[in-house]
Amino acid sequence: MSISAIELSRIEKRFGALTALNGVTLSVAPGERLALLGHNGAGKTTLIRLVLGLIRPDGGTLRVLDGAAGSMAARRRIAYLPENVAFHGALTGREQLALFARMRGRRATIVPGLLDRVGLGEALDRRISTWSKGMRQRLGLAQILIGEPDLVVLDEPTSGLDPISRGMFYDIVAELAGRGAAVLLSSHALTEMEARADRIVILKKGDIVADGRLAELRAGAALPIRLRVSVKPDEADRVAETVGGLRINGCAVEISCSADDKLRHLAAVTALGPAVEDIEIVPPSLEDLYRHFNQSRPSAGDQP
Amino acid sequence: MIGQIAAITATEMRIALRNRWVITATALMTVFGLILAFAGSSPAGTLGVDRLTLTASSLATLSVYLVPLIALLLSYDSFAGERERGTLALLLTYPVPRSGLLAAKFAAQLGVLAGAIIVGYGVATVVVAGLHGASADGLGHIARLAVTAILLGAVFLAVGDLISASVRQPGTAASLALGVWVVAVVMLDVALLGAVVADDGGVFTKTVFPVLLVASPTDAFRLFNLLAIEADAAVPGLASAPQTLTLPAFAPIATLVAWPLLLLAGALATLRRIEP
Repeated sequence: MSISAIELSRIEKRFGALTALNGVTLSVAPGERLALLGHNGAGKTTLIRLVLGLIRPDGGTLRVLDGAAGSMAARRRIAYLPENVAFHGALTGREQLALFARMRGRRATIVPGLLDRVGLGEALDRRISTWSKGMRQRLGLAQILIGEPDLVVLDEPTSGLDPISRGMFYDIVAELAGRGAAVLLSSHALTEMEARADRIVILKKGDIVADGRLAELRAGAALPIRLRVSVKPDEADRVAETVGGLRINGCAVEISCSADDKLRHLAAVTALGPAVEDIEIVPPSLEDLYRHFNQSRPSAGDQP
Repeated sequence: MIGQIAAITATEMRIALRNRWVITATALMTVFGLILAFAGSSPAGTLGVDRLTLTASSLATLSVYLVPLIALLLSYDSFAGERERGTLALLLTYPVPRSGLLAAKFAAQLGVLAGAIIVGYGVATVVVAGLHGASADGLGHIARLAVTAILLGAVFLAVGDLISASVRQPGTAASLALGVWVVAVVMLDVALLGAVVADDGGVFTKTVFPVLLVASPTDAFRLFNLLAIEADAAVPGLASAPQTLTLPAFAPIATLVAWPLLLLAGALATLRRIEP
């Protein structure tokens, strides 16, 4: 039994002249929630399809839950939620989920509980063709709860969900990860990932350009930290001049500094005494980091 | 794996029921069965020929066209439809092998088709039996006809599944299926007949033609049933081509069993290459 749920080593995948993945090495541990970020066409979906065994790599080695990707042994332990999940409209929610349960060797009696869990208990016996997009997405979510998956693969899972459903979705993901499942999640929702992922991987044109916890990425990127200082009315100019910041308006000053300089600037601000009303420290957001990693590092795998 | 396949088969049949494929297929077979039952009972029938046997012979002639058509309609959407809806990728990540998926879909389609054939022939048989009485021989002919019609349907269900696994769009699959029906069911006979006429009793007629006739599933079906009916009663109007045959009697049945197996193997190989 290896330690990783997913183990990719120098994985290459080409589609004709296009290099979708250019020697990607990555491992995901049990219980870890890994967010896979990148522009459209960066290779996220290709990586996911490789892990699911729907396509085969052109080079490198790939182990999923101690087996070959796509093997029956691996598939028994993987749950997958595709982007724009679709079902047969002629079936009811209960029938569709019962089929999924039985395909995983479970009884259909687990279905009402699963549908209740995602708030679809009412729609149980209505045909899926009458459901909204959000309801279908939640049905897709319910099917990843069948059995006890050791690896959960989610492709753009929250794109069709309202805020309440998103909350429910992340609760479920946290629960699965808490049980020890590895979670591989691709997304464009950067602010959501900031709080919900244990680790971030940024793909750019088939290469990994960043891989680590949010704090590690921040340290690696060395982007400036912003100190937002609220000051007494009409003190903005004086404060900005003293501490070397930028006057935003009559009662707000913003200081941009490196992580190492943060404490020195904080001391300077607090030394101003009563002129300062409040101070807020804003580290670079995931969006800032995402922009940074996508711009600054030209990758070896760049294609014309 | 049997439980998983059974679950998929049951779902496929439920979908066929909701999509009205079941009612359409059954209605088609029943309506045509009834027409033949009443037509075959008209006073024009020859005396001394069992009415049920006569009906079996007309049903055989009709089924050659109708059964393959219904089979193709039931199967052309199998995989192309899943691909277009975007349901195939999720399905293929579930722990059911592609062979199981194919077996489950084929079983559901065969179930719907067999139901339609049995109901259609059954209604025709009941009507004829009610009007003229039923002979054991006649019932035997109908039973043989039903079994071989199901086999003939299996051939074309497998064709439809193979087509469906080969293309991405259900529309493409549908037109390919229709093309196969026109060529394999309608034109092949005409072409063979033309060749025999042009050959005028030469080498083709004596050696190649019988083999082709038995290798073609529709001709094998027709041959097998009409030969059996002819041996029993001199039904007027039957083609005498079968009598020139020198092939073993089981050859047509071998054809009807071999084709579905061969085509399903092809469908599985194609399905395994799909990268959704």
